[in-house]
Amino acid sequence: MADVVVEQGQTVRAARARKPTSLRNVLGRKSTVAFFLTLPLILLIALLVLYPAVYSVHLATLNKSMQKFVGFGNFLFLFKRDTFWMVVKQSCIFAVTAVFFKALIGFIVAHFVHNIPAKGQRKWRGMLLVPWVIPPAMSTLAWLWLFDPSYSAFNYTLSFFGIGPINWLGDNLWARFSVILVNIWYGAPFFMIMYLAALKSVPDQLYEAAAIDGANWWQKIWYVTLPMMRNIIAITALFSLIVTFANFDIVRILTSGGPLDQTHIFATWAFKVGIEGSDIPLGASVSLFMVPILAIAAIFILRDVSKRGNEA
Amino acid sequence: MSTLAIDKAGPSRKVKYGSMSRDRAWALRWSYFFLVLFAIFFLTPPIYMLITSLKSSAEISAATNPWWVFHPTLSNYVELLTSNQFLRFFWNSSIVSLAVVAVTMLISVPAAFALARMKFWGSATLATGVFLTYLIPDSLLFIPLFKMLALVQDYTGITLLNRWYVLLFIYPTLTVPFCTWIMIGYFASIPKELDEAALIDGASWLQTLTRIFIPVALPGLIAATIFAFTVSWAQFLYPLVFTTSVDQLVLPVGITTTLIKGDVFNWGQIMTGALLGAAPPLIIYAFLMDYYIAGLTAGATKG
Repeated sequence: MADVVVEQGQTVRAARARKPTSLRNVLGRKSTVAFFLTLPLILLIALLVLYPAVYSVHLATLNKSMQKFVGFGNFLFLFKRDTFWMVVKQSCIFAVTAVFFKALIGFIVAHFVHNIPAKGQRKWRGMLLVPWVIPPAMSTLAWLWLFDPSYSAFNYTLSFFGIGPINWLGDNLWARFSVILVNIWYGAPFFMIMYLAALKSVPDQLYEAAAIDGANWWQKIWYVTLPMMRNIIAITALFSLIVTFANFDIVRILTSGGPLDQTHIFATWAFKVGIEGSDIPLGASVSLFMVPILAIAAIFILRDVSKRGNEA
Repeated sequence: MSTLAIDKAGPSRKVKYGSMSRDRAWALRWSYFFLVLFAIFFLTPPIYMLITSLKSSAEISAATNPWWVFHPTLSNYVELLTSNQFLRFFWNSSIVSLAVVAVTMLISVPAAFALARMKFWGSATLATGVFLTYLIPDSLLFIPLFKMLALVQDYTGITLLNRWYVLLFIYPTLTVPFCTWIMIGYFASIPKELDEAALIDGASWLQTLTRIFIPVALPGLIAATIFAFTVSWAQFLYPLVFTTSVDQLVLPVGITTTLIKGDVFNWGQIMTGALLGAAPPLIIYAFLMDYYIAGLTAGATKG
């Protein structure tokens, strides 16, 4: 009994004696290792994401030559301009319409792919994801060429149906339609892949039970598929809302905002004002208007993702 | 009594099966019909790129059927692949993308390991923060980053603007958060017994990472690598803002700015360039489709 006590005391004393002297112990400690492993990540996020984000708020309060503090001057200036309100409207129309149709087309295509025999699915899935794989700057060039005013391949095809030449990128409404169409084309395959993965995770027994209860295909979708996929639909749509709202490539290459700034969205207009017009504070103010919508979408995504984490 | 009941049930059930399989056959036909329609919609632009790239300028400006090549020629390909300018774009893009992949992996894999396995003060917050960073788009940061680079350039005298290597610092902000996030998911799915066994055998944390975690989570690592490569290859806004000289441009910006000379669009060359620029991601996708899709879906289903 006494022996054990003495031994314990010795080991404790020995450990105490060793601890403060050895640097190796400190370096080997779990929290120290963890700190060094995450340090590059923390530095990168702090210096190149968080700092610029805060810095752009600072920039937005300066005048054009960036020497005088003007407070909310830039924002008040924007509120008085018609172009700004046009950009707000077009951004919202662009994002909401595009995300809605991407989700709808993605859902429909995912269903059809899910319907066909399993051995053909891989081939179809591979083919239908191609628009997402091509860099958007490259594929938008192909669309630009398809929409070309004098050699448009679409107009050539439509002329056989007696539909007159459409001024795809020169007319207000058609230009808006075209940028949304290209965005849908690019983004729908992503929805298709996400929904297909979700469809595969719905247990077959649920459909069998629904069939025995006499449900038709529409009731199966409404009462079985949609509730089971609700979470993934929400996450995908919110994520896509962020990406679409902040889109730059497609509008920039297709119309550069024209005709008459009608198709500008926040990112392209911020580029035009801030970089091309070299009014950096005003450009920063324009892009800051994206923050509220991005923040709301991000909060909901975070909630849904953590909910998924808890379910699993 | 019982035979009668069976007799009654027999035919009616058979009819029901018959109608169900007929329904099924029709559903299948409709599925294929609509899939073909959607495939046409999805594949028209890339196929049209290919068609145009095989045409000479004379054939493009003659108003013939745009969907058909009457005199196929490879002259556009030859011209681009022997032009120093285009090869320069391709080279810049390759260097930038490969280096960014390396940087991304060096930052995100150790960080994901620490966040998934070594619970420390603030690790949960940091993991959430990484995910939120992934949601911050490039179009929000390009203006402050441009100004920051200009300021750093003024203070230190190191030329940063209009140099391709500045992209090596900027691109990781797009790739690292997502790669860290999906690697956390993959690492967290590895059974705890595995690294406990390694620790008992006397492995240090770093050895556990390199000998156990990286080999076991290799599929996730490949998915993250593919993601980092395709994002860096496709990035358009940052190089458009930060680089302007022709010899510093990467492929997407190079094609959109230099092949358009004034108002003259040389469409044969533009389409050839776009197709060649789309080739590396497409080739990777063709060979590693399953990893590509795993990475795509992991963002929302893991973690």
